[in-house]
Amino acid sequence: MNHQRRDALKTGGGLGIFGMLVAAGLVKPGSALARDQKVFDAKSIDEAFAALGAGKPEASDQVQIVAPDIAENGAVVPVGVNSALPGTESVSIMVEKNPNMVAANFMLPEGTMGEVQTRIKMGQTSDVYAVVKANGKYYMAKKEIKVTLGGCGG
Amino acid sequence: MAGPMRIRAATADGVTEVRVLMSHPMETGQRRGGDGQPIPAHYITELTAKHNDKVVLNAEMGPSVSTNPYLSFKFKGGASGDTVEVSWKDNKGESRTDKVQIR
Repeated sequence: MNHQRRDALKTGGGLGIFGMLVAAGLVKPGSALARDQKVFDAKSIDEAFAALGAGKPEASDQVQIVAPDIAENGAVVPVGVNSALPGTESVSIMVEKNPNMVAANFMLPEGTMGEVQTRIKMGQTSDVYAVVKANGKYYMAKKEIKVTLGGCGG
Repeated sequence: MAGPMRIRAATADGVTEVRVLMSHPMETGQRRGGDGQPIPAHYITELTAKHNDKVVLNAEMGPSVSTNPYLSFKFKGGASGDTVEVSWKDNKGESRTDKVQIR
């Protein structure tokens, strides 16, 4: 049995699929690439923080996550972030146990208040992070939301 | 398939609250259809909201945002009759822009 040949074939096949994905990525319009895909591809909370350039955000009681403790339907979990920090520039919402950890980033120009609400999907019970950038520094808050019915699949 | 957005903008005490309900499937790319084939990802990636011509919110979204995304935010200023315009783009290059007047 020639294992090397097999491995070569496997690797080749793998690369082929990868190449197709890249090609598929490239056919996207340029405008869609303006978004920093790295942030959305992050596979761990630390990676997501790093991709945002947030490093280790400081926990702050000035950042509040407004969300239910228990979400019955993981497909639609209302989550709001209120930042009382002056000079809030951006708000990011992340779900630790989702395959796509970063749900959304909101860039708030001056005059827009540090209060946003949206609805997110949650595959399972998880910690939800809110990362707020204010005056060039990053702060965060964390809240566990229990999910009784997952929002992925089905 | 991408129907109009429902936008409400109301001003009170010098602060305008904008609520947007988009119509979009927000497929994650993780699900499989009845034939076992993965359903391709299709989700809104970027959103911009403007008050008259001034940008009041930029958002980047991932597939973890719910189907038919809802969003609300507040900005200072805004008077009754001003225009609020919201536009989004998705990962397939589709886009949509809708306008509403502040109540």
